[in-house]
Amino acid sequence: MRVEPDAALGGNEPEEWFASAKKIYPMATHGTFRRIKWALLFITLGIYYFLPFIRWDRGPNAPDQAVLVDLEGRRAYFFFIEIWPQEVYYLTGLLIVAALALFLMNAIAGRIWCGYLCPQTVWTDLFMWVERQIEGDRRDRIALDKAPMTFSKFAKRVAKHTSWLMIAWWTGGAWVLYFSDAPTLVYELATFQAPWSAYLWIAILTATTYLLAGFMREQVCIYMCPWPRIQAALTDEKALNVTYRWDRGEPRGPLKRNKELAEQGLPAGDCIDCGQCFHVCPTGVDIRGGLQLDCIQCGLCIDACDNVMTKVGKPTGLIGYDTDENIQRRLDGKDPIYEIVRPRTVIYAVVIALTGAIMLYALLTRDFAGISALHDRNPIFVAQNDGSIRNGFTVRLMNKRTHERSFLLNVEGMPAGSRIEAVGIEHYFEGRPYVVVGPDQTREIRVLVSSPAGAKLDPSTPITFRLTDTVMGEVVTTKDFFKAP
Amino acid sequence: MTDIHKRDVDALSGVETTGHEWDGLKELNNPLPKWWLYVFYACIVWAIGYWVVYPSWPLLSSYTTGVMGNSQRADALAALEAGKAARAELGTKLIDASLADISSTPALLDFAMANGRAAFGDNCAACHGSGGTGAAGYPNLQDDGWIWGGTLDDIHTTLKYGIRSGHSDARIADMPAYGRDGLLEKDQITQVANFVASKTGLETEAGVDLAAGETIYQENCAACHGEDLKGLREMGGPNLMGANYLYGKSLAAIKAQINNPRMGVMPAWEGRLDPATIKSLAVYVHSFGGGE
Repeated sequence: MRVEPDAALGGNEPEEWFASAKKIYPMATHGTFRRIKWALLFITLGIYYFLPFIRWDRGPNAPDQAVLVDLEGRRAYFFFIEIWPQEVYYLTGLLIVAALALFLMNAIAGRIWCGYLCPQTVWTDLFMWVERQIEGDRRDRIALDKAPMTFSKFAKRVAKHTSWLMIAWWTGGAWVLYFSDAPTLVYELATFQAPWSAYLWIAILTATTYLLAGFMREQVCIYMCPWPRIQAALTDEKALNVTYRWDRGEPRGPLKRNKELAEQGLPAGDCIDCGQCFHVCPTGVDIRGGLQLDCIQCGLCIDACDNVMTKVGKPTGLIGYDTDENIQRRLDGKDPIYEIVRPRTVIYAVVIALTGAIMLYALLTRDFAGISALHDRNPIFVAQNDGSIRNGFTVRLMNKRTHERSFLLNVEGMPAGSRIEAVGIEHYFEGRPYVVVGPDQTREIRVLVSSPAGAKLDPSTPITFRLTDTVMGEVVTTKDFFKAP
Repeated sequence: MTDIHKRDVDALSGVETTGHEWDGLKELNNPLPKWWLYVFYACIVWAIGYWVVYPSWPLLSSYTTGVMGNSQRADALAALEAGKAARAELGTKLIDASLADISSTPALLDFAMANGRAAFGDNCAACHGSGGTGAAGYPNLQDDGWIWGGTLDDIHTTLKYGIRSGHSDARIADMPAYGRDGLLEKDQITQVANFVASKTGLETEAGVDLAAGETIYQENCAACHGEDLKGLREMGGPNLMGANYLYGKSLAAIKAQINNPRMGVMPAWEGRLDPATIKSLAVYVHSFGGGE
């Protein structure tokens, strides 16, 4: 039953259904976590921008780019790994490992991904650094935004947006290099000979990078990303999170007043309410409100608070990586405990190891040849005038090596005296078709298997096609059936 | 102006409610960012632009075509033309190549097979079945029984000129109607039919003179079907010793065929299909497995 708003209770319609996003001016800080973030920024962006230029020799007939997604040739290369479209399950395995790694990180130390590794965070960090170099720190930027337009302000704006666009353009430019030979594409792009799709993708990624890292920033994390919602459901009281230790900090108050309170034996916390923690926050969160969706747990408030605590001569760590459980334990007068090894983390680690092991096993035992057979549906079998029975198959042979290979095709499980023929194949060795398959290619042939005249046959006989490399001896098989009346 | 003091604020979260209440549950008002709203407006504008540019609104007997004149039908036709153009090169090669060359060149073989498969479905499947297995009275192309020969060249010739097709180069064989035209007595037909049945492993009728039947066979039938009953291809006489009979393998069916023979017609495809297609069909039919 819906109850109509009662005006006397104050249930009137709100004035605002939509709110303008509040602009955030994060302040610069320095310390351990800032250094970790810089290091990770250099590593991750370094990998992203330069990986396409790393070469990897795969011999003739194959590209020498270490990481390449060749959509046109329907191949993906990753260093020593080459996968064909039907082997996309390796990607599935990778995604499973990635998801589980995210869960494991979260179970150990919260939103490590969000705070340090997520592209949105990394590029936003880079864009904020650029902004700070040109327009100054928090105060200067607030003042600049309020100031009337002057030549100096205009020049700063132009410099900032130009720098942002250049980074964004480079980001889009690096993206397309993963899909084509990088040095060639760079040359083509520079000489305006590249395919239009390359320019289009660069344009799209330039636009999204510029928009997401320059303007959307924390809005992406708060309103667009599903992970904060999922993460909140996955965390527990034993997971480390960026935590304001309110047991120590509260009641907060100015340094002088709290000192006086303490001297009188009244409760007084260590938090001096300076506001540094939310001034440095890239998403504008006050960590003292506890764990919240908007907090990406980048650790910058830890650095800011530690710096302040050092200055006022108090121990650092008022904000730090801690657990809900420990706050309660300290309130109860117990020592904090840190349990990184617990069922949750062990299970995640085991499943990751298991998935990784399966993938590794699959990669190490991966066939470099392949065979698949498709039985004719119409007719299922053909009765010949001499009384023999013939079945037709469409057989596809795969050569995943980068050189031409020759194979012998054999069928097993047929009665003695049976024949195997392949349409269009001229050479046979001891009754077996001798088939040549080009480098990194497949070849489809029509194969006819005939029973000897008068052989007693079941309506369905299991057979095996066996493909043997004539040089390297690699053998692959596939099962099918020989049908008879 | 609303009076701020009358506003209902949730005590726990400190967030104002929307004033909506369902059985004591109140909805908090956490305003959505404005840019969400603008994205929504932008989508509306985009949709209107889409209506202008692309075909969208159905009318009674037509639809709005959009200023770009975009048509998926035209796109599909263009794609068909492009496909034809792409096939032209291999098609020319196919016409020039000998049938044996086609079989031994993978690229040409693949092309001929694909081309042949499509043409077979369009033109041949009605009588010979989609898998080439034929039907009662229509030859099975999958097995090893070939009345006019099963080599690539034989199949090609049959395709090109047909059988009893009226084409001047058509393959023609005409089995006399021994019963209907009174060329043989009824008893004689019984004798020769039983003789053929005895040779090819069928039950014969009791008390029939098989020796007389053999004599009748050698005098009347051997010229086309061969003295050994294995057929003569140059005459178009079917093999009577095989397991597969076109019009049924039984004594009654043999008698019926001698009495008043049925003879099918294969159209001449020359002129109806282009040479490349006819060649492709020959290769495709040959690849069924019965080809010689």
